[in-house]
Order: sequence, then C-alpha cells, then structure tokens
Amino acid sequence: MSYRLQVNGEPVEVDAPGMRRLLDVLREELGLTGTKEGCGEGECGACSVLLDGAVVDACLVPICQVDGRAVTTVEGLAREGVLNALQAAFLETGGAQCGICTPGMLMAGEAFIASGAAPEEDAIREAIAGNLCRCTGYTKIIDAIALAAERRRVPG
Amino acid sequence: MKRASTRIAPPSRPAERVAPAAPALAARTAFPLRREGPAKLTGEARYADDLVFAGAWYGATIRSDDPHATLIAIDRDPDFDWSRVLIVTADEIPGENVVSLISDDQPVLVPVGGEIRHHAEPVALLAAADRSTLHAAKRRIQLRTERLPAVFDPLASTQQIAHFAIRRGDAEKGLADAELIVEGEYRVGHQEQLYIENQAMIALPRDDGGITVHGSLQCPYYIHKAMKRALNLTDAQAVVIQSETGGGFGGKEEYPSMIALHAALLARKLGKPVRMIYDRHEDISATTKRHPAIVRHRTGVTRDGELVAQEIEVVMDGGAYATLTPVVLSRGTIHAGGPYRCENVTITGRAMATNTPPNGAFRGFGAPQTEFAAEMQVNRIAEALDVSPLELRRRWAYREGDVTPTGQVLRESVAALEVLEAAAETAGFSRKRTDRRRASTSGGTRASGIGLALAWHGAGFTGAGETHLASVASIELTDVGAIRVLTASTEMGQGTKTIFPQLVAAELGIGIDEVEMAPQDTSLVPDSGPTVASRTAMVVGRILIGAARKLRARVEESSGQPFPRSYRDFAKRNGGIRIDERFEPYPGITFDEERYVGDAYPCYGWAAAVAEVEVDLDTGEVAVESVVSADDVGRVIHPVLAEGQVEGGTLQAVGYATMEEIKLADGRYLNDRLATYLIPTALDAPRITSILVEKPFSGSPHGAKGVGELPMDVAAPAVVAAIHDAVGVWIHELPATPERILAALSGASAPDTPGSEPGTRSGARANRAAPARGVDPRPEAPSDPLPLRAPQDKGGDWERDR
Repeated sequence: MSYRLQVNGEPVEVDAPGMRRLLDVLREELGLTGTKEGCGEGECGACSVLLDGAVVDACLVPICQVDGRAVTTVEGLAREGVLNALQAAFLETGGAQCGICTPGMLMAGEAFIASGAAPEEDAIREAIAGNLCRCTGYTKIIDAIALAAERRRVPG
Repeated sequence: MKRASTRIAPPSRPAERVAPAAPALAARTAFPLRREGPAKLTGEARYADDLVFAGAWYGATIRSDDPHATLIAIDRDPDFDWSRVLIVTADEIPGENVVSLISDDQPVLVPVGGEIRHHAEPVALLAAADRSTLHAAKRRIQLRTERLPAVFDPLASTQQIAHFAIRRGDAEKGLADAELIVEGEYRVGHQEQLYIENQAMIALPRDDGGITVHGSLQCPYYIHKAMKRALNLTDAQAVVIQSETGGGFGGKEEYPSMIALHAALLARKLGKPVRMIYDRHEDISATTKRHPAIVRHRTGVTRDGELVAQEIEVVMDGGAYATLTPVVLSRGTIHAGGPYRCENVTITGRAMATNTPPNGAFRGFGAPQTEFAAEMQVNRIAEALDVSPLELRRRWAYREGDVTPTGQVLRESVAALEVLEAAAETAGFSRKRTDRRRASTSGGTRASGIGLALAWHGAGFTGAGETHLASVASIELTDVGAIRVLTASTEMGQGTKTIFPQLVAAELGIGIDEVEMAPQDTSLVPDSGPTVASRTAMVVGRILIGAARKLRARVEESSGQPFPRSYRDFAKRNGGIRIDERFEPYPGITFDEERYVGDAYPCYGWAAAVAEVEVDLDTGEVAVESVVSADDVGRVIHPVLAEGQVEGGTLQAVGYATMEEIKLADGRYLNDRLATYLIPTALDAPRITSILVEKPFSGSPHGAKGVGELPMDVAAPAVVAAIHDAVGVWIHELPATPERILAALSGASAPDTPGSEPGTRSGARANRAAPARGVDPRPEAPSDPLPLRAPQDKGGDWERDR
C-alpha cells in the first residue's frame, strides 16, 4: 500500500504494508534514526513522536493510521543547525545524558510546551510520565522543559 | 501522588533560540556543555541500531530452555527451507570456546554433549537476510536435552565461586564482652540495569581475515581480548568500535563480549555484516543482573552506644558462571561493615553458583547490597539504644586515622561526617523527625517518615587491580597542530567526552574546544582499562594529566615559549608527537591479595542520604517524596555532570528500594519485559537534591575520586529507614513492596522490631499514636532478654519468590 504523510513538514510517500510500524517506516524507510526503540511495546517512550501535534509511541502506530497526517520527529526540531529552545535548554541544564531517551523526551516536552500549560513541576512530571529515563533521575529534564516553557512565555 | 508544586524560576536571560556553542550560553553556564550533547539532541548521534551496513543480515541466538541439562542434539525441522538461513554451532568456533573474563568457565555456545547451566544459555546462532525469515527459522529449531537437577537457592548450592574472609581484632571476644547484641538478616534480590538502549552489536568481516565490531559497550578491550581468544585473531585482526551508547550502569561491561562473539561468528561464516540487536525481552531475560545477596549481622555494642564488634556473613548468588562475581563479592565484603570504626570485625563473603543466568556488574558492584544491610543494622541499633540514628553515626563514622577491617589506615580524604552533616542539615533531618512525632497523632490513612543512611565507596579497582591493569592513555599533538586525547574510556552518558577535554585543556592552558577526542576504536586508542568502578575521572583522568604535563614540557623546552602560544608552530616545525602515559601505582598504597590485608583502595568516596516517604496504610504503597544526597567526590570537575550522576544513581537506588524486583520460576525470570519489570517514572521519582562535597585525594593531581556509584550505595537504606519512621516496621528485604509492607504491618513479621532491654524503650516512641484505623503499626518490642533475634519468618520470603 502507498501512504502519503508529512514528516517534519515535508510531504512523503511510503510504500509499506499497512501494519508496518511507524517506527520502522521512520527509521528504515526514511532514514530518520533519531527516533529510538527501547521496548517495542509502548512502555518506555523512546520512540515518541508527534502525530498531528499529539505525542504517540511510534512502535504502537501502524503506518495505515498515519495516512494524510503530520509527523514530527526529533530531526524536525532544529532549524539550519540551530537548536530550538527546548533542545538548547536540555543542553544547558544537563537534561541529556546517554541520550537514548532524549528524542522521545523532547517530543513529550514539545507537546507540553505547545499546550501552553504553566510550567509547574507536577504538570511536567505528568507530561513525561510515559517516557522512561534511567540516567538523570528526571530532575534536569524537568528543569529543561520548565526553562524552555518559561522562555517561550516571556520571549526575550 | 501528592507533590508540592514548585515553579522553577526562569533564567535571567530568556532566549527563544540559541545556538549550541553560542558564547553567551557557555559563559552563563560557566562549564563546558556536554561535548556530544548537540548530536544527541538532534537525533544525529548514531547508536548501534542506527548504523547501516549494506548487505547486513540479522542475527539471532537460540537459547536453552532448561536451567540445567545436557545438550543432546540441536534438531532442525526438515520441512523448513534452511537454504536461506545461516546456522553456527559450537564446533565452528575457531579458537577456544570461552568468553574470556576472570574464569574460563563460560562457553560462547554450549556444544552438543555439553552442559547447559541456565535457561537463557546460548546454544546456536542463526542469521537471515530479513527478520521474518529469521523469526520463522528460530521457531523451527528444537533442542533435545536431558534435564539435570538444578539449584536456585544460593544457600542450598554446594558450588562456591569465590570466598573472602576479613578479620581484624577478635569479633568473638568483642561480642562476648558486649552489653547489647543486635542480630539481623537482610536480603536483596536481582536488579536489572535497564539502560534504555538494548544491547546491540554489529560484526563486519575484515579484509585481513579478522572482524570489526561496532556496538553498545563500556569496555572495548574486554571485547578485544574475548575476540582474540575465541576467534583466534591477532591484535590487529580484532577491532572494537564503540557506537554511541545508551546507558550501561555495569550492564555493558561483560555481556557485550558474548554478543560480539556471536555476531562475529555469524559474520565470519557469512562473509557479510551481521546485526545482533537484542529486543527488550531478550535483554532482560539473558543478560546480567545485580547479584542477590543474603547478609547476616551480629553487632555488639555497649550500653552507652560504643561499637565493639561486628560479625558479618555475606552470601551472594553468582548465577551459573563466574563472570565478574569474585570482584563483586570482594567489593561487597570489604564494604560490608559500613563506614564505621570498629576494633573487632569478622566479615566472611562467599558467592555460590545457581542455575540462573549469571549475575554481574551493576553500579555499586556489590557494595549497595552489603551497605544496605549495614545501614539497616545501624538504624536498628539506634532504635534499640534509643539514640538518634544521626547521633549514632556521628559517633561511629570514620575519621582520618581510623583503621578499616582490612587494616587500612584512612590517612586522608575522609568525609563521612561532612556528607552526613550536609545531608542531615539540608533535609532538616532532626527537626522533621521531631515534628513528625508530634504530628503523627493526627491520624489519617497516610503516614510520613524520614530516614537517613551513610556509605563509603572505595575509589577505582580493588587492591592491586589498577597496577595489574596498567592502563595507558595518550595525548597526541598532530602534525597539523591539533590536540587529540586517545583513551578507551567510553562515554555512556556520564560525561567522559566532556571532562577529559576539560582536564587536558586546563593542564595545557588552552581552550576546551582545542582538544579533540579520538573515537573509542581499539585500532586507534590504547587500552586505558574498562569504563567501570567510577575510575574514569580519577584514574584515567590522572594518567591524562600526566601525559599533558609531559607534552607541555616537551613543547615549552623546545620552543622556549608558553605552550598555548607555541604548540601549533612546534607541530609545523617538528611534526606531530604522541605521549603514551602508563598508570603509576599510588604511592604508599599496598594490599595483600592473599590475606586481604592492607589498603583495599587508594581512597574512598563518602555519601549520605536523607529520604522522606509517605506510606499509604491501606495499600502499603510507598511514595518517596524527596531525597537529599550529599556525595564527596574529591573534586568536582563539572558540577552539572556530577549532579547528573548523583540524581540518576539516587533514582536507581530508589527503584531498588521500592519497586525493582525479578521474580523467578524454575530459574527463569518471570517479569522479563518492560511492562512487568518496573523502573521509576517521573511520577515515581522523588525531588532529588544533590550536594557535592569536596575532600580531595592527594594521589590525584586534580583531587577527583569518582562519583558514579556513590549515590547507589546510600539511598535505598535511607528509604527503608524512612518507611520505618512512618509506620514503625522494618523491611528486611528489598524491594519494600506494598505486599511486604502490608505483611509487616499486619504483624506477619512482628518480631521485626528489634527489642532492647526492658526499660530502655523511649517515651517518645511509646507515645507515638497509631497513624490510622486504630491499628498500631509499630508493634511493641518483644520482651525477650538479650541477645536480640532477627526475624526468621518474613513476608515475601525470597526463596518463595522463585
């Protein structure tokens, strides 16, 4: 089957069986290996991407459900080699250590910031509760998301 | 989960978009940004599974399904088309059928006629051009085996992997003379490292007949050694290249050698690259875990609280093969007394083989197991003596000049009191403990508590380990005037690629961006030892500083100019130079490995933690609300990275304390998926405050002692102490699951509470009202005369879990 979707703003046409995982389409058909596989069963969130702005686990989404929709991956965040506000905040606060959960965390963080919610600790914890990190204790990830959200609310 | 809402203050300099290397940003943070951070944040970083090699096949491992058996035959379904599948068995191993590490007991693949010792044991390898063929083929292989009797309980095992005994003074006499003896038995189970990137290796045949592997790993030269031996390769024919590594925590210290050999055997036969990428299920079910342990204590004290004798017995479950067990046990045994001065100590440690997958390295390496027991014991003694656990530690904690159980005189860099006071003060330990006693009369269905723990952690390898390793690290001034650091020390998130350039740049007087890091590729970098034991900053950092000093001297002697102004011209005139610097033993440090006497480590790091918990009295659930961890790292090289180590290690310890548990049946892990093996999410994680304490080590030019493992030793006993403070029962076995807490509360383990002499019960404790429902969660102490007995029947018995 052939499916048309937008990936990081670019129109893409994919020939794949309808039940092929979005994760495999991204990584193996489109070469977007920034999205990671940690468990393959929706527990770890390493494969989080935005589907029409909502966070989904790409390991649980068959490509047939993505037809006509817009996908954002970690590769879609920086523009012309410049980190976006959330990426920069992760770098400053130390929110990325081994980096394997980072792409998924960034997508969860982007969705949280886009929601316009006040960057309170509880709300951020809730927003990233589907993304496991084994390195950071989450402290600096929460700091990074709060920092980027504040900067967006008070543009400088 | 109840949690105070904390608004995190925005920084003074708001910015919508910032370039990663913008000078203003670097200035604001004052420390260099993570070197490989931008690559990780943009998705450009290449982890093993991200690497593409044309024509690569997919590899898989056929594993035993018996815990103990003789392998009779490997049967292939004759109705399956095997022409599209490659199979490798043990008889095709060109070298020795051994995964080289400490002992030669573990085979790469069990041969037909050979002994299967655990249920996840590799027996044969398959490869196919596509995954569906591979999966179909896997189902068409049957192993014929003859079952042998299996042992799953280390206490029932007769096969000893390792044994250590440490004696100082006369513990027997000390106990006989003691006025109070407290006994305890403590148990800890398996813990999975659970790096979020699964194990992964890709092997490529080389033109010279050798093999190159790319993979997720901590120790390139361990794999290099294993490949040379099993594949019969020369130094040059075996090449190991680290890909970006998504966490290790000890779990990628040893098992990557096995996976690399498997991928290499397939690639060698196939003549094409082979990808061996584990899924989470295979990773949890087959790779190493933290060793389960049973630790028994008998401690003698005087009535006024002097520690006079410790008798400690440690039993670890090594699993089916030795792997790193002897050194894990060694570290666990040396640390088993905790950081406390005692004249009469006997510690015996033994590791027993069982028919379960081998246990191995995990952050802390034996110390978290035995220090959990030591801290439980100290807290229970404080209760029995009716003194504050903080006050008791103040009296007992090591000071400079004290002597450890191995007879090591702690000549310097002892910060037990500093970390203790820092954690207690920051957390408001004494005040909150008193307040809570007052508040607990109010009743309710939730009870809150606060707990404290203290730990020490020997820095670097045990005994003469570093001398045996004789690590080499190099700095090269290339002929185009670049400075390159060459080490085998891997980056797995902890910051190697950032702190090495920092140390070298500071020594050479140049900017950090002038210092390049060579890739961790055994064909390019020397063997600077494994990236384990919190040794990278302290040990390899020291070697690099030595190399940098030599390079600087060579250039300055020749040019007569300061290095920063002259090195580029020097390189143009004279060509490149490379300084290979070898580890020099720490002066005055000696250890007798036969008798286990002397300086077990060149120095120690010190850590204290205060945890606050809330326990739901209806469900037994524990919410760890906050942890303050104070860690003495010698010198902080990079505060953001060091805090990151403390925060991450603390959460792993909180998981160990409250939820991480492997259930076994017939030697097989039952919860071998991420849906069933639980680690803390952001909602489970406490607020973590890290305090970095600096008590430098004179043997390191930079004073650093390492940080990675310290927090892992200390948070779990602090959490269990807080649970006790909340509900009045001691949980003797990790994790403190709701089941165990409810069982303890219902009195299933009523004798848990250590007694004390009649009349020594404190008024404060007796006055503490039941937090809920009229059920007094704090059972009265048994009125037995001394000595006190540890409970023999505890909820959630460890053996019952199997």
